[in-house]
Amino acid sequence: MKYMIALMLAGTATPAFAQDHGHDHSMPMQPADPPDTEEAAEEEGSEEDASPTSSAMPMDHSQMDHGAMDHQSRQSQGEGSPEVPQPMGQSPVDHSQMDHSQMGHGSMDQSGVVDDQAGGEMDRSAMGHEAMAMDIPSGPPPASAGSGPARAGDAIWGVEAMRESREQLRDEQGGQKYFWFQGDRVEYRAREGSDGYLFDLQGYYGGDLDKFWFKSEGEGSFGEEIESAEVQALYSRAIAPFFDFQAGIRQDFAPMDRTYAVVGIQGLAPYLFEVDAAAFLSDKGDLTARIEAELDQRITQRLVIQPRVEASFSAQDVPELGIGAGVDTVEAGLRLRYHFSREFAPYIGIDQEWRIGQSADYARAEGEDPSVTNYVVGIRFWF
Amino acid sequence: MQAINRRKFLGSSIVAGGLLGASAAMPAWARGGNMHGATIRQGFDEVSGRNIDLTIARGPRIVQGRSGMGVAVNGSVPGPLVRLKEGEPVNLNVTNALDEDSSIHWHGLLVPFQFDGVPGVSFPGIRPGQTFTYEMPAIRQAGTYWWHSHSGLQEQAGHYGPIIVDPAGPDPVQADYDYVMLLSEFTPMHPHTIMSKLKKGEGYFNYQQRTLTDDYPLTGQERRMWAEMRMMPTDILDVTGSTYTYLANGHGPEEGLEYLFSRGKRVRIRVINGSAMSFYNVRIPGLKFWVVAADGLNVRPVEVEEFQIGTAETYDIVVEPIGEAHTIVAESMDRSGMAVATLASRPGARAAVPALRDPPLLTMADMGMAGMAHGAHGAGTGGNMDGMDHGAMGHGAPSSGGMDMSNSGEGSGEEAMAGMAGMSMGGMDMRDTSRLPPDVEVGPGIDMVSMNPQDRMGHPGIGLDKVPHKVLNYRDLVALEPNDDLRTPSRQMEIHLTGNMERYMWSFDGEKFSAVSDEPIRFAYNERVRVKLVNNTMMAHPIHLHGHFFELVNGAPSDRQPQKHTVIVQPGGFAQFDLTADEPGDWAFHCHLLYHMHAGMFQIVTVPQEAGQPDLQRVGESG
Repeated sequence: MKYMIALMLAGTATPAFAQDHGHDHSMPMQPADPPDTEEAAEEEGSEEDASPTSSAMPMDHSQMDHGAMDHQSRQSQGEGSPEVPQPMGQSPVDHSQMDHSQMGHGSMDQSGVVDDQAGGEMDRSAMGHEAMAMDIPSGPPPASAGSGPARAGDAIWGVEAMRESREQLRDEQGGQKYFWFQGDRVEYRAREGSDGYLFDLQGYYGGDLDKFWFKSEGEGSFGEEIESAEVQALYSRAIAPFFDFQAGIRQDFAPMDRTYAVVGIQGLAPYLFEVDAAAFLSDKGDLTARIEAELDQRITQRLVIQPRVEASFSAQDVPELGIGAGVDTVEAGLRLRYHFSREFAPYIGIDQEWRIGQSADYARAEGEDPSVTNYVVGIRFWF
Repeated sequence: MQAINRRKFLGSSIVAGGLLGASAAMPAWARGGNMHGATIRQGFDEVSGRNIDLTIARGPRIVQGRSGMGVAVNGSVPGPLVRLKEGEPVNLNVTNALDEDSSIHWHGLLVPFQFDGVPGVSFPGIRPGQTFTYEMPAIRQAGTYWWHSHSGLQEQAGHYGPIIVDPAGPDPVQADYDYVMLLSEFTPMHPHTIMSKLKKGEGYFNYQQRTLTDDYPLTGQERRMWAEMRMMPTDILDVTGSTYTYLANGHGPEEGLEYLFSRGKRVRIRVINGSAMSFYNVRIPGLKFWVVAADGLNVRPVEVEEFQIGTAETYDIVVEPIGEAHTIVAESMDRSGMAVATLASRPGARAAVPALRDPPLLTMADMGMAGMAHGAHGAGTGGNMDGMDHGAMGHGAPSSGGMDMSNSGEGSGEEAMAGMAGMSMGGMDMRDTSRLPPDVEVGPGIDMVSMNPQDRMGHPGIGLDKVPHKVLNYRDLVALEPNDDLRTPSRQMEIHLTGNMERYMWSFDGEKFSAVSDEPIRFAYNERVRVKLVNNTMMAHPIHLHGHFFELVNGAPSDRQPQKHTVIVQPGGFAQFDLTADEPGDWAFHCHLLYHMHAGMFQIVTVPQEAGQPDLQRVGESG
C-alpha cells in the first residue's frame, strides 16, 4: 500500500504532490505541526477534488504565471527589447541600458513599489495577470545599503587585527603568481653530415595578466661551435582571452653577439594552433620576423602527434648572418610524443628545413646544403 | 511508529567507520596538539554539548594504499560530526595546531557574521597555536550542514566534517536509521600543486579528452567546431579521478563503508558534498528513494532514482532497502571515478558495484546556445516527464515566448531564432561581449559569452538529461513549510559568472576578487532582491552565499520556493533566487569549487545593521 501511494503520487507530479501525510506514517515525512486551514485546503484541494478555497488556488496560478513571465521579460531586457513592461508608477526607461551604477531609479521610487506590493498574498492574488507581468526593476541598492561600516569585521575585531587576513584574502582569491618553465623541444638531430642538437625553452613568472616571459633557442652540430643561440627577456601582457602581447629584448650569442628589440604575440589560435609571432629590430637597424605555429593532435589520451611550422622573414639582406631579404627560412616538422605524464613526454620526429632565395645562395656559398632533413629524438617537459 | 534512538544508530555507522578505518589510534588527538606522526583516521566521531573542542593539525593520510599529507580535525578525516540542537547556544573552541593560519566556516548555519569563519571577511583567522571560540547564540535552524576550513586550500587536504542540528520539536522526517554520507576526495598531491597545474597545464587532469581514436558520438563537423572554439566538450570537471580517490566518510570505494539496516525499516541518509571540486551523481541501483531535504531544510518528498549533488550542497534522502544489500554509488560528474558505500542488512553483505557510465559531453545548451540545443533538450526532458510542471514547460524552448502573455517574450524568441539561423556551426561568435551588461568588465578573463542563456532550473545536471529514470532537478524542490517573506523583490540584480578556461581565470562580472576586494556587493537591510546568476562559462558553478538562505525561483509558489544556501548555475544558463538581506555583516559569496574560488570567483556581500528593524529570522522558526 505504501508503495502504491508513493508511485501514484510520483506519477501525478503536481507541485503539491506527496502530501498525503497527516494521518498515517506511510510517507517519510509528516508536518512538524498541524497544517493551518489554508495550507490544508491548498494541499488537499489540489490532490483530491476540485473545490479548493478560493484564496488558495488563484494564488497558485498567479504565482506560476508570475514566475514564467518574469523570466521571459527579464531575459529580453538583457537583450535589448524595448517592450519591457514597466513597473507601475515609473516612467518608461529602456532597461537594456540600465546598469547598476548608473540607474536612475531613486530609492524612493522603489520603496514605493515595495510598499504597494508588500501587502502579501491577498493583494497579489487580487492583482491578476496584468499586475503580475510587472517587471522587477533592476537598479542600484537603496541608499541605506552603504550605511554600514566599510568593513563589518573591523568594527568587531579592530582594523589592525583584520588587516593581514584581508590582504591575504585578496592575494589568494585571484592575485597569485606562478612560475612555469618549459622545454618545448630539447632534441638530438640525426642528419646527413654531422648530427646536431636543438633546444627551445621558455617560461614565465607572473599573474594572469602581467608576466615576465623568457625564451631561449639554440642549435648546432656536435663537434662544432654552436650555430645559433639567443635569449629573450619579455614583458607579457594578456590582451585577449587567448593571446598575449610581448615586448622586450633579444640577445644573440651566436653566430655573433647582437641585440634586438622584440615585439610579438603569443597564444592559441582557432583550431587550437599555438602561435608565436615576433618582429625583431637589431641594433644595426635590421628588421626581421619569425612566426611559429604548432598543433597538438591527440591520438590517444597520452599519444600526441604534433605538426609544426616555422618561417622567418627579413626586410633586408643581412649578409653577415646569411639572411636574405624576403622569406629567409621555412621549417616543417612532425613529432610523435608519448605523455608519461602531462609534464614529461619524449618524442620522435622528422624535421625539414629549407633556406629560401638569397638565404639559400648564402648557404651554398658557405658550402652548406640549403635543404636539411633532421630525424629527431627529444623530450618535451615543463614544471 | 517504533521509537528509535537516532543517536544510537548514527553511532553504529561511526563505529563501523572507525573499525574499518586504518587505525584506531586516537588518544593523542583527544588531548589536542600535533599528531606526532600518527596516521589520520578515516571516518569520524561525534561531538556535542554546550562546549565543543576541535583541534586542527597535520598528519599523514593513507587511502587505499595511497599516502599523502592531510589536515585533520580531532585526528580524523572527515573531522567529527558536530551535533547541535535547535534553540540551544553552543561554544565551539577551535585550536589551531598547524604552522599556518586556519579557520572553520559553519556551512549553512545562520550565525552572527563575526563567527562565520572566513578570514579577511568575518574575522582575522586563527593563528598557529591559538584557540578561538565561536560563541554561537541559540541555533535558529535544524537539518544537515557541514563545516570546513576557509583558509588557503586546507579544505582539499581533509579539513571538513558534518553538522547535524536536531530540531527542537519532532522531526517531520520519520526514519528508523539516520546516517551521514559525506562525499569528498583524497589526493596525494598538495593542493597548491593542483592549483598550479590547473593554471599551467590546461586540461591537466582530464584524461577523457577528444582524441583521434575516441568513440564519442561527435561528428567531424562538431569536432572541428569545438577545436575552432578552442574548447573541450569533455571539460566537465577540472580535477578528476586521474588524481582523486573519491571518498564516502573518508573511505575509498574499496574500503567498504557500510550502513546497516533491518528490512522494512526506513533509512535516512544525509548526503553532504564536502568535496573541493567534485559534483556527484548519487544513486542506489534498483531502489527509488525520497529526497526530503535540500541544504538542510525540508522539502516536500520527491521520489527519484538519482540526483546530482553539487559541491557544498546537501540532500537528505529516505530509502527503504528491500534486499540483502544495496550499493550506494556517488559517481563523479565526469565519470572518472566513484565513491561507494553499502546499505547492508548484515555486516559484510555486498551488492554489485555498477561500472562507471560513459563520460558525458557538453552540448550546445551548455554553451548558452539554447536555440540549437532545442531538439536535444526536448529529448532530455522526455525522460523526466513526470518532473515537469508549468515552469519547466516554458524552459529551454525559445519559441515558448509566444505562449506568454508578456509582450517581451517576443524579443527573446526572435533573438533565439536569429541566433539559431546564424549558427552555421563554424561562423558563430562565442564571445559577443555586447551581450553583457555594461558593469561587466570585459577582458582576457572572459573567453565566452552565453549567446542565449536560458533558465536551466529544470536541468538535472550534466550527463543526466537523457538517463531513462527520474532524476531530481531544482524544479522538483518545494519547501515543506511556507516561507514567511512573501514580498515581491523590489529590485533585481544580475551577476555574471565569467571565466577563461585556458588561463584558468574565474570571476564574477569579469573581475577577480583581487581586483574588486574593496567594492563589495551591497544590500540594504531587509531588502528583498531577486538575483539572477548568468553563467557565461561552460562549467557548472555551485554558488554559495554565506549567512543566508535564498529562495530558488524555480516555478514553485512563492511561499514554497525552496530555500538553499548553494545553487548550481548550469553552464550557458541562468538561475535566479530571491534574497531577503536580513543578516547584517559582511558575508562571503563565492563559487564553491575550491580552485575557482582561489582563482578569483569570490566576492563579499555586505548587509548593514539597521537599528529598530526587527530581525525576520526566516529560517528555523517552525515553532
